[in-house]
Amino acid sequence: MQAEAALGRAGLWFGVLIISLILAATARDTGFAAHATIIAVVAFVLMWMSAARFDPMSRARSFFRMPETLSRYDDDPVRWGVLATMFWAIIGMLAGVFIALQMAFPQLNIEPYFNFGRVRPLHTSAVVFAFGGNILIASSFYVVQRTCRAQLAFPGLARFVFWGYQLFIVLAASGYLLGVTQSREYAEPEWYVDIWLTIVWVAYLIVFVGTLARRVEPHIYVANWFYLAFIITIAMLHIVNNLAVPVALNGSQSYSAFAGVQDALTQWWYGHNAVGFFLTAGFLAMMYYFVPKQAERPVYSYRLSIIHFWSLIFLYIWAGPHHLHYTALPDWAQTLGMVFSVILWMPSWGGMINGLMTLNGAWDKIRTDPIIRMMVMAMAFYGMATFEGPMLSIKAVNSLSHYTDWTIGHVHSGALGWNGLISFAAVYFLVPRLWKRERMYSLRMINWHFWLATLGIVFYAASMWVAGITQGLMWREYGGDGYLVNSFVDTVAALHPMYVIRAVGGGMYLAGAFVMSYNVWMTLAGRLRDEAPMTDAAYDAEKDRPIVQPALASVPAE
Amino acid sequence: MSFYENLRHFADSYGLVVIFILFLTLCAWPFRPGAKRRNRDAARSIFEDENNGE
Repeated sequence: MQAEAALGRAGLWFGVLIISLILAATARDTGFAAHATIIAVVAFVLMWMSAARFDPMSRARSFFRMPETLSRYDDDPVRWGVLATMFWAIIGMLAGVFIALQMAFPQLNIEPYFNFGRVRPLHTSAVVFAFGGNILIASSFYVVQRTCRAQLAFPGLARFVFWGYQLFIVLAASGYLLGVTQSREYAEPEWYVDIWLTIVWVAYLIVFVGTLARRVEPHIYVANWFYLAFIITIAMLHIVNNLAVPVALNGSQSYSAFAGVQDALTQWWYGHNAVGFFLTAGFLAMMYYFVPKQAERPVYSYRLSIIHFWSLIFLYIWAGPHHLHYTALPDWAQTLGMVFSVILWMPSWGGMINGLMTLNGAWDKIRTDPIIRMMVMAMAFYGMATFEGPMLSIKAVNSLSHYTDWTIGHVHSGALGWNGLISFAAVYFLVPRLWKRERMYSLRMINWHFWLATLGIVFYAASMWVAGITQGLMWREYGGDGYLVNSFVDTVAALHPMYVIRAVGGGMYLAGAFVMSYNVWMTLAGRLRDEAPMTDAAYDAEKDRPIVQPALASVPAE
Repeated sequence: MSFYENLRHFADSYGLVVIFILFLTLCAWPFRPGAKRRNRDAARSIFEDENNGE
C-alpha cells in the first residue's frame, strides 16, 4: 500500500516533469522556457523524494517534518519562514542598495539582465513579498496557534503554502531579470505565476481559517482579525488586478482585461491596498501580538484596537485614486481618494497610540530592552508614514511631490521604518522561542542593528525629502519668457549628491541586516555571547563602605 | 436606466447608508454595556499560555 502510494506520487511528479519539458521545448519566449525549466527541476526533485520514501528510515524523519501528535504546536513551517525571511531580506536589500547606486552611478547598469528597469521590480517584490510575505506567513502561523491554543490545521497544506510561496518568489524574481513582466506595479509576475500564487493563497486561507475553527479559546484575539483581513483582501486584490488574457498557453505574455483609465484605477486600487492590507494590516497583527508579549503588558485599549480594525477595513479601500492625481481619472474620483486618505490619518494614529501606550508604566524597557526599542521606533515610523501619506495625497501638495523622489522617501520611511523594524523585532522575539534558546546570541548586536537601521533610515528619508522637493521645484520653474527653466537632465545632475547619500543610508540598513543574520546564525548554533549586560545600575565597590567620622578634636572653651 | 446606473444610484443612496450604519455599529460594539470585562479578558488572553508550547 505504501509502495503503491509512493509510486503514484512519483508518477504524478513524472507527469508534471514531462509537461514542463514539453512546454520548455515549445515555448514562445525564453522567459517562459526558463520558468518551465524551473518547474521541471522542482518536479524532478519531488519525484526523486517520493521514490526515496520507499526507504523506511527516510520516511521516519521526513524532509517535511509532519507533526506526530496534536499536543505540540506545529512550528516547523514557522522556523522555515523565519529563515526564509532572513534570506530574502538580504537579497531584497542588496538589490535595493544596488539600484540606489545605479541611480548615482549609471555605469552600474549592466545590460540587459541587471539594468535598473529589471532589478527595481526585483527589489520591490523581494522586500515586500519575499521578506515581508515570509514574516507574515511565519508569524501568522505562530500567532494563530498560540492565540487559539490549537495546532495548525492541515499540516500538509501548511507546508504547501510555505514551499509554494517560495516557488512563487523564485518564478517572480527570475522572471523580472529575464524580462517577463506584465508591467503592473507590485504585480509584475505574468499570468501563470499569478495563477500559482492564487492557488497558494487560497491554501493559506484554508490553513488559517481551519486553525481558527479548531480554536480552544472562545474569543478570537484581535491580531488574528488583522491577519484574516490581510489574507482575504490580498486574495481579492490579486485576482481582480491580474485579470488578463494570455496570448498563448505556452508563452509568458498576456493582456489586461481592462483598458485605459479603468486599468490605471484597477492597478492603483490594488497598489494602494497592497500597502494597506499587506504592509499595514498584516504588520499591525504582528504589532498587536508581539508588542504586548515583549512588553509583558496587555494592549493599552482593546476597544481602540477594534475601532482601529474596522476603520482601516472600511476606509482604506477607497484611498487608491490618490496615486492618479492630475491624470485622466475623473476629478470626483481623485477627490474621493484624497478625502479618504486624509480621514485614514486618524485610525492610523489611533493604532500607533494604542501600540505605544501599551508601554504605559513600562517605559524604562525602551532603555533596557533593545527589542522594545526597535518596536517603539517601528510604531513611531508607522505614525510618521501615516501622517506623511495623507499629506502627500492632498492635491496641492501632490502637485509638487508627484513623480518626485519625495514619494520614494515616503515609501521607505514606511517600509524600512515600520515594516522592517517590526519584522526584525518579531524575528528577535521568535528565534529564541522557536529554537529553544535562553536568549539571542547577543542583545548588544540587536542594539547595533537598531542604530544602523535607524540612522540608515534618517539618511535615506532626509536625502529623499531634499531630492524630491528640489525636483518638484525645478520641474515647475518658469522663466520670464514663459519657458521651463530646467531640462530634465539638469534635475538629474542636481540630485547626484542626494542619490549618493541615499545609497549610504540603504547600505547602513543592509549592514544592520547582516548583523542580524550573524546574530540569528550564532543563536541557532547554540552560542551565547559573553557580553556586558545592556544596562546596569552603577556600582563602585571602593565606595561601598561606611563613612568613618574622624574623631572630633575637643575645642577648648574661650 | 442602464444596469450600471441602477447600481451606482443604489451605491450612493441605500448602499452608502447601510454601510455607514454597519461601520458605526461595529465600532460601537465593544462599548456595549457589560463588554468591559470581556475586553479586558481578551487583551490578557495572550498571557495565559506562558510556556509557549513546543
